[in-house]
Amino acid sequence: MATVESLLAQIQGLSSSAGDLGLLLTHLKQADELLHNESTPLLPFLEQLDPTLHSLGYLYILVSLAVIAVCKRFKDHVLMLEAPMRGVAPLLEAVKKIRSSSEHLSTLHPDFLQLCLLAKCYKTGLSILEDNIFEVDQPRDFFLYCYYGGMICIGQKRFKKALELLHNVVTAPMSSINAIAVEAFKKYILVSLIHSGQFSTNLPKYTSSAAQRNLKTLCPPYVELANTCSSGKISELETYIQTNREKFDSDNNLGLVKQVVSSMYKKNIQRLTQTYLTLSLQDIANTVQLSSPKEAEMHVLQMIQDGEIYATINQKDGMVRFLEDPEQYKTCEMIECIDSSIQRIMTLSKKLTAMDEHISCDPLYLAKAGRERQRFDFDDFDPVPQKFNI
Amino acid sequence: MEPDDEIYANGGADSSENRSRPIISSEQLDIEAYAGLYSGRTKITRLLFIADRCGQNNNTAMQMEALRMAYEEIKKGENTQLFRDVVQKIDGRLGNNYGMDSVWCEMVDRRADQRKEKLENELNAYRTNLIKESIRMGYNDFGDYYYAHGALADAFKSYVRTRDYCTTSKHVIHMCMSAILVSIEMGQFTHVTSYVSKAEQTAEALDPSTVSKLRCAAGLAHLEAKKYKLAARKFLEVGPELGNSYNEVIAPQDVATYGGLCALASFDRTELKNKVIDNLNFRNFLELVPEVRELIHDFYSSHYASCLDYLGNLKANLMLDIHLHDHVQPLYDQIRNKALIQYTHPFVSVDLHMMANAFKTTIAGLEKELEALITDNQIQIIMPLQARIDSHNKILYARHADQRNATFQRVLQTGREFDRDVRAMLLRANLVKHEYKASRKL
Repeated sequence: MATVESLLAQIQGLSSSAGDLGLLLTHLKQADELLHNESTPLLPFLEQLDPTLHSLGYLYILVSLAVIAVCKRFKDHVLMLEAPMRGVAPLLEAVKKIRSSSEHLSTLHPDFLQLCLLAKCYKTGLSILEDNIFEVDQPRDFFLYCYYGGMICIGQKRFKKALELLHNVVTAPMSSINAIAVEAFKKYILVSLIHSGQFSTNLPKYTSSAAQRNLKTLCPPYVELANTCSSGKISELETYIQTNREKFDSDNNLGLVKQVVSSMYKKNIQRLTQTYLTLSLQDIANTVQLSSPKEAEMHVLQMIQDGEIYATINQKDGMVRFLEDPEQYKTCEMIECIDSSIQRIMTLSKKLTAMDEHISCDPLYLAKAGRERQRFDFDDFDPVPQKFNI
Repeated sequence: MEPDDEIYANGGADSSENRSRPIISSEQLDIEAYAGLYSGRTKITRLLFIADRCGQNNNTAMQMEALRMAYEEIKKGENTQLFRDVVQKIDGRLGNNYGMDSVWCEMVDRRADQRKEKLENELNAYRTNLIKESIRMGYNDFGDYYYAHGALADAFKSYVRTRDYCTTSKHVIHMCMSAILVSIEMGQFTHVTSYVSKAEQTAEALDPSTVSKLRCAAGLAHLEAKKYKLAARKFLEVGPELGNSYNEVIAPQDVATYGGLCALASFDRTELKNKVIDNLNFRNFLELVPEVRELIHDFYSSHYASCLDYLGNLKANLMLDIHLHDHVQPLYDQIRNKALIQYTHPFVSVDLHMMANAFKTTIAGLEKELEALITDNQIQIIMPLQARIDSHNKILYARHADQRNATFQRVLQTGREFDRDVRAMLLRANLVKHEYKASRKL
């Protein structure tokens, strides 16, 4: 990839004839990423260019500088005016303009999401979050993007997507722990409890060692909450939350914590559907520790409505009859859904292969891999014995 | 009600005449007969264990009986420390004949000191002369000496030291057997496992009796580690050559009990049939403990009530066993769960009233048990219970999962996970690349 200096040299060298200008244009287009990437240190280079001689290059740098800087200033102003709503639409436009493709995470993404969050325009935020991101310029942008994105998804109760985004922050490669990751980890635990009713305290292998070591020790009340949940006793959970109320409140996570409790009831009811075909409302209330059959009925009703369980309530006998999932995987919609999944995964798979090939050709990687390979014996790799070994 | 009888046939809840054999061994353990099965140190420790257990259960008569026999047994040996302990435990409750005998103690201790000195001198002489075989013998004598006097850790060390001076595989096996014996007494079952495998690796073919002994030791080690299936397999492999040759550790009766219960708790039906019931060799062991034989046959022929009765009657005595006592409850639970699952297995629907009858329990209790079994579906590897309870009509329905739907569900789930994981991975790779470049720029 070109450096700013080499780009500068190109601008200075290729600004005389019309043919050179054409070449310069392609160079500048290629260097697009670079210009967006390091927007701040570009300023001193402008002084080395003469706007009368190097007009094309000058303009290019000016534009890339200006858009980002203006947007950032604009965001700050909007925040100062306490009217984040006014910034949402312009920034969305800016994000769409500035990114090189929908897979590219620009430095304006997090700013846009922050405004969405503050303006409670969750749906607008989601429209950007739907695009899968693969290219990242600045790790910090990525962390913030995932963190804000996670919060927007939580706002829309799209816990699966939120979990995915927060998971990305927690397991991202990092050499030292940062505040974004810690906050994300807290929310990650809570969302995981809400979504699946459990939280495995073991982070995956690929998590950076900095995160493995520090995250759990940095948020003890949350880890303890997860442990309390795994016992399945709601009364214990509620007393624990009462005693640690301030801690959760000061993290602005109390709302999520409350959702954890209500999802515990749901999970317990869901578990009953695995075991029972019919069960009286009284028994449900007893088993999941609800105070009355009436309350149990409300919960079951709500869950049927949300499609979380399949059941019918017989109010005359006070019995609930749990049914199996009616989905038979025979409808056209389902086939289409499966087909689109297959397409999606095939595209992804191609991307993966391309990436793999790209890395295998990367000189940096080859240099490093070659060095490591020497450490092993030749026989570990080559089934055919080397000639000189014999 | 005629047709019902046919259904009952599976449960064995009937009390038809041909099955009304009296169930024995609910009476108290005959300590004298029990102790007669063993020799050496284990006899004493077993008696003391029984005494302790009975002490906890306020069974004073039995406790005193056990202590009296332990006292007499110790008097035959040279372990004064154990003697003092027992005297303290008896606390004069058995009259003057079983009090403190300080004369005996002093005499034994003095003799022990002399012997130790003699052994030390001998060993030093051997070591200066560098006679390998004699050094080995010297250490071995030391091991025997320490073992007799109750210094198990020292005995173990001495036996292990002989290892460097072993010249034939016979010596190695002798060393291993001694080390295993001491380790079992110490309760160090990890040592047992390692020395068993060491002995089995010796070049020379082992004689059948040694093989059997090693199987017993390995079985005990697995039992202690709660690996009941492995333990069962080891005990089932014990040959008839064992006889009473290893009664300083285990009696053939124990092999039958341990092996039988572990097999019942961990084997599936075919393995139970092939390896236990049709095992001629193990049948001879089972003859020694008819109760265990009966309960295994009852279990296999689905007479659960009778099987559980036998188990219930055996329980008190099994709790007095020095090796099995900790494992009685888990083994019993596993056997009961297996019985419950096996009972429901052939049916599409089961009336809970009848089932509760067959297992001699209440419907509410049974419902709880079944609920636990269904919920633990994932961890039940042997035979998962796939069923749902109709609590209203008290019927258990088997749940035959729709393979097609389940496959679709799993495929979609796997697809989603793959999608998510690959995207996360690509992102991480991207970040790593960035970090790597950043670090190179610096």
